[in-house]
Amino acid sequence: MLDFFNRFFKPAPPSGATAKERLRLVLLSDHLSLAPDVVESLKRDLLAVISRYVEIDQAHADVTFEHRQNEVAMLANIPITGVRDRQRDEPPARPPEPALGALSESTRYDAVAVDPDARAGSSGEASVVAALASTDAPAPETTAAVDEPPGLVSASEAGPADGSGKPTVSVTLAGTTPRRRRRRKSAAAKRAAQQTIPLNQPAQA
Amino acid sequence: MVMRAFEEPAPAGEAEAAAPLGRAIVITSGKGGVGKTTTTANVGVALAARGARVVLVDADVGLRNLDLVLGLESRVKFHLLDVLEEKATLDEALVRDKRSENLHLLAAAQTREKEEVDTAQMKALVERLRARFDYVLIDCPAGIEMGFKNAVAGAQHAIVVCTPEVSAVRDADRVVGLLPNGWRPELIINRLRPQLVKRGKMLSVDDVNGILRLPLLGVIADEPSIIVATNRGEPVALDLYSETGYAYRAIAAKLAGESVPAPSVRVPNTGLFSKLGSLFGGRS
Repeated sequence: MLDFFNRFFKPAPPSGATAKERLRLVLLSDHLSLAPDVVESLKRDLLAVISRYVEIDQAHADVTFEHRQNEVAMLANIPITGVRDRQRDEPPARPPEPALGALSESTRYDAVAVDPDARAGSSGEASVVAALASTDAPAPETTAAVDEPPGLVSASEAGPADGSGKPTVSVTLAGTTPRRRRRRKSAAAKRAAQQTIPLNQPAQA
Repeated sequence: MVMRAFEEPAPAGEAEAAAPLGRAIVITSGKGGVGKTTTTANVGVALAARGARVVLVDADVGLRNLDLVLGLESRVKFHLLDVLEEKATLDEALVRDKRSENLHLLAAAQTREKEEVDTAQMKALVERLRARFDYVLIDCPAGIEMGFKNAVAGAQHAIVVCTPEVSAVRDADRVVGLLPNGWRPELIINRLRPQLVKRGKMLSVDDVNGILRLPLLGVIADEPSIIVATNRGEPVALDLYSETGYAYRAIAAKLAGESVPAPSVRVPNTGLFSKLGSLFGGRS
Protein backbone atom coordinates (compact mmCIF):
# COMPACT_ATOMS: atom_id res chain seq x y z
CA MET A 1 0.00 0.00 0.00
CA LEU A 2 2.83 2.32 0.89
CA ASP A 3 4.38 1.45 -2.43
CA PHE A 4 1.25 2.61 -4.11
CA PHE A 5 1.39 6.05 -2.52
CA ASN A 6 5.11 6.34 -3.01
CA ARG A 7 4.54 5.75 -6.66
CA PHE A 8 2.60 8.99 -6.89
CA PHE A 9 4.29 11.17 -4.35
CA LYS A 10 7.89 10.04 -4.44
CA PRO A 11 8.78 9.06 -7.97
CA ALA A 12 11.98 7.05 -8.02
CA PRO A 13 14.66 8.04 -10.53
CA PRO A 14 14.14 6.18 -13.81
CA SER A 15 15.84 2.81 -13.74
CA GLY A 16 17.81 3.69 -16.89
CA ALA A 17 19.71 6.32 -14.92
CA THR A 18 20.30 3.82 -12.14
CA ALA A 19 21.63 1.33 -14.67
CA LYS A 20 23.98 3.92 -16.09
CA GLU A 21 25.32 4.85 -12.70
CA ARG A 22 25.79 1.25 -11.62
CA LEU A 23 27.52 0.44 -14.85
CA ARG A 24 29.88 3.35 -14.48
CA LEU A 25 30.75 2.28 -10.98
CA VAL A 26 31.38 -1.32 -11.87
CA LEU A 27 33.48 -0.44 -14.91
CA LEU A 28 35.47 1.98 -12.83
CA SER A 29 36.48 -0.77 -10.50
CA ASP A 30 36.95 -3.20 -13.40
CA HIS A 31 39.40 -0.84 -15.01
CA LEU A 32 41.20 0.47 -11.99
CA SER A 33 41.13 -2.73 -9.98
CA LEU A 34 42.82 -0.87 -7.17
CA ALA A 35 42.82 -2.67 -3.91
CA PRO A 36 42.40 -0.50 -0.80
CA ASP A 37 46.02 -1.09 0.19
CA VAL A 38 47.15 0.13 -3.24
CA VAL A 39 45.15 3.31 -2.78
CA GLU A 40 46.77 3.70 0.61
CA SER A 41 50.27 3.39 -0.80
CA LEU A 42 49.36 5.74 -3.64
CA LYS A 43 48.31 8.27 -1.05
CA ARG A 44 51.54 7.81 0.87
CA ASP A 45 53.66 8.36 -2.22
CA LEU A 46 51.66 11.33 -3.31
CA LEU A 47 52.10 12.96 0.08
CA ALA A 48 55.81 12.20 0.04
CA VAL A 49 56.24 13.90 -3.31
CA ILE A 50 54.22 16.95 -2.41
CA SER A 51 55.85 17.36 0.98
CA ARG A 52 59.18 17.82 -0.77
CA TYR A 53 57.84 21.16 -1.96
CA VAL A 54 55.38 22.28 0.64
CA GLU A 55 54.59 21.41 4.21
CA ILE A 56 51.35 19.55 4.36
CA ASP A 57 48.93 18.30 6.92
CA GLN A 58 49.21 14.58 6.38
CA ALA A 59 46.48 13.71 8.84
CA HIS A 60 43.86 15.57 6.84
CA ALA A 61 44.97 14.56 3.39
CA ASP A 62 42.35 12.80 1.35
CA VAL A 63 42.72 10.76 -1.83
CA THR A 64 39.62 9.58 -3.61
CA PHE A 65 38.50 8.42 -7.02
CA GLU A 66 35.66 10.07 -8.76
CA HIS A 67 33.95 9.35 -12.01
CA ARG A 68 32.75 12.30 -13.96
CA GLN A 69 30.80 12.67 -17.15
CA ASN A 70 33.34 11.00 -19.39
CA GLU A 71 36.34 10.30 -17.29
CA VAL A 72 37.66 8.79 -14.17
CA ALA A 73 39.59 11.17 -11.96
CA MET A 74 41.77 10.83 -8.94
CA LEU A 75 41.25 13.64 -6.49
CA ALA A 76 43.77 14.44 -3.82
CA ASN A 77 42.85 17.09 -1.32
CA ILE A 78 45.87 17.96 0.80
CA PRO A 79 45.94 20.87 3.25
CA ILE A 80 49.11 22.96 3.13
CA THR A 81 50.61 24.22 6.36
CA GLY A 82 53.67 25.98 5.01
CA VAL A 83 56.15 26.43 2.21
CA ARG A 84 59.64 25.08 2.04
CA ASP A 85 61.71 27.92 0.68
CA ARG A 86 64.96 26.03 0.44
CA GLN A 87 63.52 24.02 -2.46
CA ARG A 88 64.26 26.90 -4.79
CA ASP A 89 67.97 26.72 -4.13
CA GLU A 90 68.66 23.03 -4.09
CA PRO A 91 66.74 20.67 -6.33
CA PRO A 92 64.81 18.09 -4.38
CA ALA A 93 66.13 14.60 -4.10
CA ARG A 94 64.44 11.92 -6.17
CA PRO A 95 61.74 10.03 -4.37
CA PRO A 96 62.27 6.47 -3.28
CA GLU A 97 61.09 3.97 -5.86
CA PRO A 98 59.28 0.99 -4.46
CA ALA A 99 55.80 1.99 -3.49
CA LEU A 100 55.12 3.90 -6.70
CA GLY A 101 55.78 0.72 -8.59
CA ALA A 102 52.90 -0.99 -6.90
CA LEU A 103 50.43 1.06 -8.83
CA SER A 104 52.32 1.91 -11.98
CA GLU A 105 50.47 -0.64 -14.07
CA SER A 106 46.93 0.26 -13.15
CA THR A 107 47.25 3.94 -12.46
CA ARG A 108 49.83 5.24 -14.82
CA TYR A 109 50.84 8.80 -14.38
CA ASP A 110 51.35 10.43 -17.70
CA ALA A 111 52.73 13.36 -15.90
CA VAL A 112 52.73 14.23 -12.29
CA ALA A 113 53.68 17.64 -11.14
CA VAL A 114 53.00 20.22 -8.56
CA ASP A 115 54.21 23.69 -9.33
CA PRO A 116 57.41 24.16 -7.32
CA ASP A 117 56.71 27.88 -7.03
CA ALA A 118 53.53 27.12 -5.23
CA ARG A 119 51.86 30.39 -4.57
CA ALA A 120 49.99 28.84 -1.73
CA GLY A 121 52.10 30.52 0.92
CA SER A 122 52.26 33.98 -0.54
CA SER A 123 48.59 34.77 -0.40
CA GLY A 124 47.79 32.38 2.34
CA GLU A 125 44.68 31.29 0.49
CA ALA A 126 45.55 29.98 -2.91
CA SER A 127 46.06 26.37 -3.75
CA VAL A 128 47.65 24.65 -6.67
CA VAL A 129 45.65 22.52 -8.98
CA ALA A 130 47.47 20.28 -11.34
CA ALA A 131 45.09 18.82 -13.82
CA LEU A 132 46.34 16.19 -16.14
CA ALA A 133 45.51 14.50 -19.41
CA SER A 134 41.93 14.99 -20.43
CA THR A 135 39.87 12.09 -21.61
CA ASP A 136 39.51 12.55 -25.31
CA ALA A 137 42.94 13.85 -26.06
CA PRO A 138 45.37 11.10 -27.00
CA ALA A 139 47.37 10.04 -24.03
CA PRO A 140 50.66 11.93 -23.76
CA GLU A 141 53.46 9.62 -24.69
CA THR A 142 55.44 10.03 -21.59
CA THR A 143 55.63 7.21 -19.17
CA ALA A 144 56.27 7.66 -15.53
CA ALA A 145 59.95 7.56 -16.16
CA VAL A 146 62.31 8.53 -13.46
CA ASP A 147 64.80 10.27 -15.70
CA GLU A 148 62.35 12.60 -17.34
CA PRO A 149 61.29 15.87 -15.83
CA PRO A 150 57.58 15.74 -15.16
CA GLY A 151 55.54 17.99 -17.38
CA LEU A 152 53.00 20.22 -15.83
CA VAL A 153 49.94 20.22 -17.99
CA SER A 154 48.15 23.01 -16.27
CA ALA A 155 48.32 24.77 -13.01
CA SER A 156 45.92 27.34 -11.78
CA GLU A 157 45.18 29.15 -8.62
CA ALA A 158 42.04 28.25 -6.82
CA GLY A 159 40.45 28.92 -3.54
CA PRO A 160 40.71 26.48 -0.66
CA ALA A 161 38.76 23.37 -1.42
CA ASP A 162 37.29 22.86 1.97
CA GLY A 163 36.32 26.47 2.56
CA SER A 164 38.12 26.54 5.86
CA GLY A 165 40.51 29.21 4.71
CA LYS A 166 43.34 26.73 4.89
CA PRO A 167 45.38 26.44 1.72
CA THR A 168 45.23 23.07 0.08
CA VAL A 169 46.93 21.28 -2.75
CA SER A 170 44.51 19.44 -4.89
CA VAL A 171 45.90 17.19 -7.51
CA THR A 172 43.61 15.85 -10.15
CA LEU A 173 44.65 13.00 -12.34
CA ALA A 174 42.00 12.60 -14.92
CA GLY A 175 41.83 10.50 -17.97
CA THR A 176 40.61 7.39 -19.57
CA THR A 177 40.89 4.11 -17.88
CA PRO A 178 44.19 2.28 -18.03
CA ARG A 179 43.05 -0.16 -20.66
CA ARG A 180 42.28 2.52 -23.21
CA ARG A 181 45.59 4.15 -22.60
CA ARG A 182 47.44 0.99 -23.26
CA ARG A 183 45.68 0.49 -26.53
CA ARG A 184 46.49 3.94 -27.74
CA LYS A 185 50.15 3.63 -27.04
CA SER A 186 52.17 3.85 -30.20
CA ALA A 187 55.12 1.69 -31.08
CA ALA A 188 57.39 4.63 -30.35
CA ALA A 189 55.93 4.99 -26.91
CA LYS A 190 56.43 1.30 -26.28
CA ARG A 191 60.04 1.59 -27.26
CA ALA A 192 60.45 4.59 -25.01
CA ALA A 193 58.90 2.66 -22.17
CA GLN A 194 61.36 -0.13 -22.63
CA GLN A 195 64.29 2.21 -22.52
CA THR A 196 63.26 3.90 -19.34
CA ILE A 197 63.41 2.23 -16.00
CA PRO A 198 60.10 0.63 -15.19
CA LEU A 199 58.82 1.73 -11.84
CA ASN A 200 57.53 -1.63 -10.82
CA GLN A 201 60.93 -3.23 -10.98
CA PRO A 202 64.05 -2.35 -9.05
CA ALA A 203 66.48 -0.38 -11.19
CA GLN A 204 69.12 -2.59 -12.68
CA ALA A 205 72.76 -1.80 -12.24
CA MET B 1 34.06 -11.56 -70.47
CA VAL B 2 35.19 -9.55 -67.52
CA MET B 3 31.60 -8.81 -66.66
CA ARG B 4 30.82 -12.49 -66.86
CA ALA B 5 33.43 -13.24 -64.26
CA PHE B 6 31.68 -10.87 -61.89
CA GLU B 7 28.36 -12.50 -62.50
CA GLU B 8 29.69 -15.81 -61.33
CA PRO B 9 30.59 -15.05 -57.79
CA ALA B 10 30.39 -18.62 -56.58
CA PRO B 11 33.92 -19.78 -55.90
CA ALA B 12 35.13 -22.06 -58.66
CA GLY B 13 38.07 -23.78 -57.11
CA GLU B 14 40.74 -23.80 -54.48
CA ALA B 15 43.46 -22.36 -56.64
CA GLU B 16 42.79 -18.70 -56.77
CA ALA B 17 44.93 -16.04 -58.38
CA ALA B 18 46.45 -13.28 -56.31
CA ALA B 19 43.23 -11.32 -56.11
CA PRO B 20 42.89 -8.70 -53.38
CA LEU B 21 41.98 -10.37 -50.12
CA GLY B 22 38.56 -9.82 -48.63
CA ARG B 23 37.87 -8.41 -45.18
CA ALA B 24 37.53 -10.80 -42.30
CA ILE B 25 35.29 -9.38 -39.61
CA VAL B 26 34.52 -11.06 -36.32
CA ILE B 27 31.14 -10.39 -34.70
CA THR B 28 31.59 -10.65 -30.97
CA SER B 29 30.03 -9.53 -27.69
CA GLY B 30 31.39 -11.41 -24.71
CA LYS B 31 27.94 -11.99 -23.31
CA GLY B 32 25.71 -14.63 -24.80
CA GLY B 33 22.25 -14.04 -26.13
CA VAL B 34 22.72 -10.47 -27.30
CA GLY B 35 22.17 -11.34 -30.94
CA LYS B 36 25.58 -12.09 -32.46
CA THR B 37 24.27 -14.84 -34.68
CA THR B 38 21.24 -12.88 -35.83
CA THR B 39 23.49 -9.90 -36.53
CA THR B 40 25.98 -12.02 -38.46
CA ALA B 41 23.22 -13.55 -40.56
CA ASN B 42 21.50 -10.28 -41.34
CA VAL B 43 24.61 -8.24 -42.04
CA GLY B 44 25.86 -11.06 -44.25
CA VAL B 45 22.59 -11.29 -46.15
CA ALA B 46 22.52 -7.52 -46.59
CA LEU B 47 26.10 -7.44 -47.86
CA ALA B 48 25.37 -10.27 -50.30
CA ALA B 49 22.27 -8.44 -51.49
CA ARG B 50 24.55 -5.55 -52.41
CA GLY B 51 26.46 -7.89 -54.68
CA ALA B 52 29.43 -8.65 -52.45
CA ARG B 53 30.72 -12.20 -52.15
CA VAL B 54 30.15 -13.14 -48.54
CA VAL B 55 30.93 -16.17 -46.44
CA LEU B 56 29.58 -16.57 -42.94
CA VAL B 57 31.69 -18.68 -40.65
CA ASP B 58 30.07 -20.14 -37.57
CA ALA B 59 32.90 -20.27 -35.05
CA ASP B 60 30.63 -21.43 -32.26
CA VAL B 61 31.89 -25.00 -32.33
CA GLY B 62 29.57 -27.29 -30.38
CA LEU B 63 26.64 -24.86 -30.50
CA ARG B 64 25.92 -24.48 -34.19
CA ASN B 65 23.11 -22.01 -34.84
CA LEU B 66 23.94 -19.79 -37.75
CA ASP B 67 22.61 -22.40 -40.18
CA LEU B 68 19.29 -22.35 -38.36
CA VAL B 69 18.95 -18.58 -38.41
CA LEU B 70 19.67 -18.60 -42.14
CA GLY B 71 17.29 -21.52 -42.78
CA LEU B 72 20.13 -23.64 -44.16
CA GLU B 73 20.17 -26.37 -41.53
CA SER B 74 19.09 -29.06 -43.97
CA ARG B 75 21.88 -28.28 -46.39
CA VAL B 76 24.81 -28.60 -44.05
CA LYS B 77 26.79 -31.73 -44.88
CA PHE B 78 30.25 -30.88 -43.65
CA HIS B 79 31.53 -28.40 -41.13
CA LEU B 80 34.48 -26.30 -40.17
CA LEU B 81 36.34 -29.10 -38.41
CA ASP B 82 35.88 -31.40 -41.40
CA VAL B 83 37.72 -28.82 -43.46
CA LEU B 84 40.45 -28.35 -40.88
CA GLU B 85 40.90 -32.11 -40.60
CA GLU B 86 40.72 -32.47 -44.38
CA LYS B 87 37.77 -34.80 -44.28
CA ALA B 88 36.09 -32.46 -46.74
CA THR B 89 37.28 -29.81 -49.12
CA LEU B 90 36.35 -26.22 -48.57
CA ASP B 91 34.03 -26.39 -51.59
CA GLU B 92 32.18 -29.35 -50.16
CA ALA B 93 31.74 -27.69 -46.80
CA LEU B 94 30.57 -24.30 -48.05
CA VAL B 95 26.79 -24.19 -48.11
CA ARG B 96 25.29 -21.86 -50.65
CA ASP B 97 22.43 -19.74 -49.45
CA LYS B 98 19.06 -20.50 -51.02
CA ARG B 99 18.29 -16.85 -51.70
CA SER B 100 21.59 -15.45 -52.85
CA GLU B 101 24.36 -17.14 -54.75
CA ASN B 102 26.75 -14.57 -53.32
CA LEU B 103 26.25 -15.87 -49.82
CA HIS B 104 27.87 -18.96 -48.36
CA LEU B 105 27.95 -20.55 -44.96
CA LEU B 106 30.63 -22.57 -43.29
CA ALA B 107 28.86 -24.28 -40.41
CA ALA B 108 30.34 -25.14 -37.05
CA ALA B 109 30.67 -28.70 -35.86
CA GLN B 110 27.79 -29.53 -33.58
CA THR B 111 29.22 -32.49 -31.69
CA ARG B 112 32.75 -31.30 -31.18
CA GLU B 113 34.46 -28.94 -28.78
CA LYS B 114 36.01 -25.54 -29.19
CA GLU B 115 39.34 -26.75 -27.86
CA GLU B 116 39.73 -29.02 -30.87
CA VAL B 117 40.50 -26.03 -33.05
CA ASP B 118 43.63 -23.95 -32.66
CA THR B 119 44.25 -20.39 -33.63
CA ALA B 120 46.82 -21.19 -36.31
CA GLN B 121 44.34 -23.45 -38.09
CA MET B 122 41.62 -20.82 -37.91
CA LYS B 123 43.96 -18.17 -39.20
CA ALA B 124 44.91 -20.29 -42.19
CA LEU B 125 41.29 -21.12 -42.94
CA VAL B 126 40.17 -17.50 -42.81
CA GLU B 127 43.09 -16.60 -45.05
CA ARG B 128 41.88 -19.11 -47.61
CA LEU B 129 38.36 -17.72 -47.42
CA ARG B 130 39.57 -14.16 -47.79
CA ALA B 131 41.13 -15.09 -51.09
CA ARG B 132 37.74 -16.09 -52.41
CA PHE B 133 35.25 -13.75 -50.75
CA ASP B 134 34.92 -10.01 -50.28
CA TYR B 135 33.69 -10.47 -46.72
CA VAL B 136 34.36 -13.21 -44.24
CA LEU B 137 32.00 -12.69 -41.30
CA ILE B 138 32.92 -14.79 -38.30
CA ASP B 139 30.21 -15.47 -35.74
CA CYS B 140 32.07 -15.57 -32.45
CA PRO B 141 30.88 -17.74 -29.56
CA ALA B 142 30.02 -16.13 -26.23
CA GLY B 143 32.76 -16.04 -23.65
CA ILE B 144 36.38 -15.04 -23.81
CA GLU B 145 38.01 -18.46 -23.89
CA MET B 146 39.37 -20.61 -26.67
CA GLY B 147 36.36 -20.17 -28.94
CA PHE B 148 36.71 -16.40 -28.77
CA LYS B 149 40.43 -16.55 -29.43
CA ASN B 150 39.91 -18.79 -32.45
CA ALA B 151 37.19 -16.57 -33.86
CA VAL B 152 39.36 -13.48 -33.53
CA ALA B 153 42.53 -15.15 -34.81
CA GLY B 154 41.98 -14.72 -38.53
CA ALA B 155 40.02 -11.47 -38.47
CA GLN B 156 41.27 -7.94 -39.02
CA HIS B 157 38.24 -6.14 -37.76
CA ALA B 158 35.58 -6.60 -35.13
CA ILE B 159 31.96 -5.67 -34.71
CA VAL B 160 30.87 -5.65 -31.09
CA VAL B 161 27.21 -6.38 -30.50
CA CYS B 162 25.79 -5.03 -27.28
CA THR B 163 22.33 -4.70 -25.83
CA PRO B 164 21.36 -1.78 -23.58
CA GLU B 165 21.77 -3.82 -20.42
CA VAL B 166 24.37 -3.41 -17.71
CA SER B 167 25.66 -6.96 -18.05
CA ALA B 168 26.02 -6.75 -21.82
CA VAL B 169 27.81 -3.40 -21.66
CA ARG B 170 30.24 -4.63 -19.05
CA ASP B 171 31.03 -7.73 -21.10
CA ALA B 172 31.37 -5.72 -24.29
CA ASP B 173 33.80 -3.43 -22.52
CA ARG B 174 35.82 -6.44 -21.45
CA VAL B 175 35.83 -7.97 -24.90
CA VAL B 176 37.00 -4.73 -26.48
CA GLY B 177 39.96 -4.81 -24.12
CA LEU B 178 40.79 -8.34 -25.26
CA LEU B 179 40.84 -7.55 -28.97
CA PRO B 180 44.25 -7.06 -30.56
CA ASN B 181 45.97 -3.72 -30.11
CA GLY B 182 45.30 -1.21 -32.82
CA TRP B 183 41.86 -2.52 -33.70
CA ARG B 184 39.04 -0.05 -33.81
CA PRO B 185 35.99 -2.23 -33.29
CA GLU B 186 32.62 -0.89 -34.35
CA LEU B 187 29.52 -1.12 -32.23
CA ILE B 188 26.03 -2.38 -33.00
CA ILE B 189 23.52 -1.72 -30.27
CA ASN B 190 20.93 -4.44 -30.47
CA ARG B 191 17.47 -4.89 -28.96
CA LEU B 192 16.96 -1.25 -28.13
CA ARG B 193 13.44 -0.43 -27.01
CA PRO B 194 12.89 3.21 -27.93
CA GLN B 195 9.82 3.61 -25.78
CA LEU B 196 11.64 2.44 -22.70
CA VAL B 197 14.54 4.73 -23.50
CA LYS B 198 12.16 7.62 -23.94
CA ARG B 199 10.74 6.97 -20.50
CA GLY B 200 14.21 6.71 -19.03
CA LYS B 201 13.84 3.04 -18.23
CA MET B 202 16.52 1.72 -20.51
CA LEU B 203 20.08 2.72 -21.26
CA SER B 204 20.07 4.91 -24.34
CA VAL B 205 22.43 4.70 -27.29
CA ASP B 206 24.38 7.60 -25.81
CA ASP B 207 24.50 5.95 -22.41
CA VAL B 208 25.93 2.75 -23.86
CA ASN B 209 28.34 4.42 -26.18
CA GLY B 210 29.27 7.02 -23.59
CA ILE B 211 30.81 4.09 -21.79
CA LEU B 212 32.11 1.96 -24.65
CA ARG B 213 33.06 4.85 -26.92
CA LEU B 214 33.28 2.94 -30.17
CA PRO B 215 32.32 4.06 -33.65
CA LEU B 216 28.59 3.37 -33.88
CA LEU B 217 27.84 1.09 -36.79
CA GLY B 218 24.14 0.62 -36.19
CA VAL B 219 21.22 0.45 -33.82
CA ILE B 220 18.66 -2.33 -34.04
CA ALA B 221 15.33 -2.00 -32.28
CA ASP B 222 13.86 -4.86 -30.33
CA GLU B 223 11.10 -5.78 -32.67
CA PRO B 224 8.81 -8.78 -33.21
CA SER B 225 9.69 -9.12 -36.88
CA ILE B 226 13.16 -10.41 -35.98
CA ILE B 227 11.66 -13.21 -33.92
CA VAL B 228 9.23 -14.06 -36.69
CA ALA B 229 12.03 -14.00 -39.25
CA THR B 230 14.22 -16.25 -37.11
CA ASN B 231 11.32 -18.65 -36.61
CA ARG B 232 11.10 -19.00 -40.35
CA GLY B 233 14.81 -18.97 -41.06
CA GLU B 234 14.46 -15.91 -43.27
CA PRO B 235 16.72 -13.03 -42.32
CA VAL B 236 14.81 -9.81 -41.80
CA ALA B 237 17.46 -7.90 -43.74
CA LEU B 238 15.72 -9.01 -46.93
CA ASP B 239 12.38 -7.56 -45.86
CA LEU B 240 12.13 -4.29 -47.73
CA TYR B 241 9.18 -3.15 -45.66
CA SER B 242 10.79 -3.67 -42.30
CA GLU B 243 12.58 -0.86 -40.52
CA THR B 244 14.88 -3.39 -38.94
CA GLY B 245 15.65 -4.75 -42.38
CA TYR B 246 16.54 -1.23 -43.42
CA ALA B 247 18.76 -0.84 -40.37
CA TYR B 248 20.70 -3.98 -41.34
CA ARG B 249 21.05 -2.81 -44.92
CA ALA B 250 22.36 0.52 -43.65
CA ILE B 251 24.95 -1.35 -41.59
CA ALA B 252 26.01 -3.29 -44.69
CA ALA B 253 26.27 -0.07 -46.68
CA LYS B 254 28.39 1.50 -43.98
CA LEU B 255 30.67 -1.53 -43.87
CA ALA B 256 31.03 -1.28 -47.62
CA GLY B 257 32.28 2.26 -47.18
CA GLU B 258 29.16 4.19 -48.13
CA SER B 259 28.19 7.13 -46.03
CA VAL B 260 24.83 6.53 -44.42
CA PRO B 261 22.80 8.66 -42.04
CA ALA B 262 23.62 8.25 -38.38
CA PRO B 263 21.77 5.27 -36.92
CA SER B 264 18.51 6.11 -35.27
CA VAL B 265 15.52 4.25 -34.02
CA ARG B 266 12.04 5.63 -34.31
CA VAL B 267 9.76 5.57 -31.31
CA PRO B 268 6.70 3.67 -32.47
CA ASN B 269 3.38 5.45 -32.31
CA THR B 270 1.55 4.44 -29.24
CA GLY B 271 -2.16 4.08 -29.04
CA LEU B 272 -4.41 5.54 -26.40
CA PHE B 273 -4.32 2.41 -24.31
CA SER B 274 -0.59 2.08 -24.14
CA LYS B 275 -0.37 5.77 -23.29
CA LEU B 276 -2.84 5.28 -20.48
CA GLY B 277 -0.83 2.26 -19.45
CA SER B 278 2.36 4.23 -19.21
CA LEU B 279 0.60 6.93 -17.26
CA PHE B 280 -0.62 4.56 -14.59
CA GLY B 281 1.83 1.76 -15.10
CA GLY B 282 4.50 0.79 -12.66
CA ARG B 283 7.56 2.92 -12.52
CA SER B 284 11.06 1.67 -12.95
